[in-house]
Amino acid sequence: MTDQPEARRRAIVRDGVAVGVATGAYGISFGAIAVAAGLSVWQACATSLLMFTGASQFALVGVVASGGNPMSGTMTALLLGVRNSFYGVRLGPLLGWSGWRRAAAAHLVIDESTAMSVNQPTATDARTGFLSAGGSVFVLWNLATLVGAVAGESLGDLRTFGLDAAVGGAFLALLWPRLRDGISRGVGVVSAVVALALVPFTPIGFPVLAAAAVALVAGGATR
Amino acid sequence: MIWVAILVGGVGCYALKLIGLSLPARLLDRPSVQRVADLLPVALLSALIAVQVLASGNALEVDARLVGLMAAVVALLLRAPFLVVVAVAAAAAALVRLL
Repeated sequence: MTDQPEARRRAIVRDGVAVGVATGAYGISFGAIAVAAGLSVWQACATSLLMFTGASQFALVGVVASGGNPMSGTMTALLLGVRNSFYGVRLGPLLGWSGWRRAAAAHLVIDESTAMSVNQPTATDARTGFLSAGGSVFVLWNLATLVGAVAGESLGDLRTFGLDAAVGGAFLALLWPRLRDGISRGVGVVSAVVALALVPFTPIGFPVLAAAAVALVAGGATR
Repeated sequence: MIWVAILVGGVGCYALKLIGLSLPARLLDRPSVQRVADLLPVALLSALIAVQVLASGNALEVDARLVGLMAAVVALLLRAPFLVVVAVAAAAAALVRLL
């Protein structure tokens, strides 16, 4: 009986690392797309190290790729990063860390580490899930970014390889699991239409920011 | 300019995570706050897809990127993993450009 917590801890770590491998791998596509968008290898790696939240990173390079002001890419990235605040609100009492531990843990608050910790029965298990998923995604995501960026750079004229279409594919793959109900799908369609309608009349990057208003209205109005 | 965007974005995204960890949990008691939090990524990602695939600067343009997106839809319906979806989208667009 004494080794039961240890066996459970190992099982959680194994799951966490598996999530890290699966998620980290697609850092390859981030690195390649970032370089295709015009970032240097170092800039691609710095984005993964400092921002460390996939959808926001893809948003930043997506706006840069379409010729928009990089700062409107940053604004979009920050709006997408707001969901991590909400993860944090749930994780705070669960993990129970304060001081420097909380400050360090904050960087690892992402989709995957949240998913691996919110369903654990005890605080110890939650911490194990959080650290194993968050830590392994961090290491592999950054390694994969470097690999993808170096490989992407050696490909030369990336447009002809369809890497601009790859950005759209990446966004769609990130969106797909979130289209669970009718409201989500409706918000998705309306947001796309609003953004496209604004494209001819507003600076590049603005239409995406304006779509955030659709979420505000729909979230405030629905019951 | 790109370095500034990366640094501001990096610091900002970290701050958003830390603020969340430090806020009281009762913030999520309001259902409208929770709904907006869930719908925000949906709205932004949908708009990003639309603009990424159909806009060229300030003009709307249908080209190989749309074929790439449709290929990505098929891959997702077949439950392909993330990397495969991205690769399929790129390959489909590249193929159309070759033809």
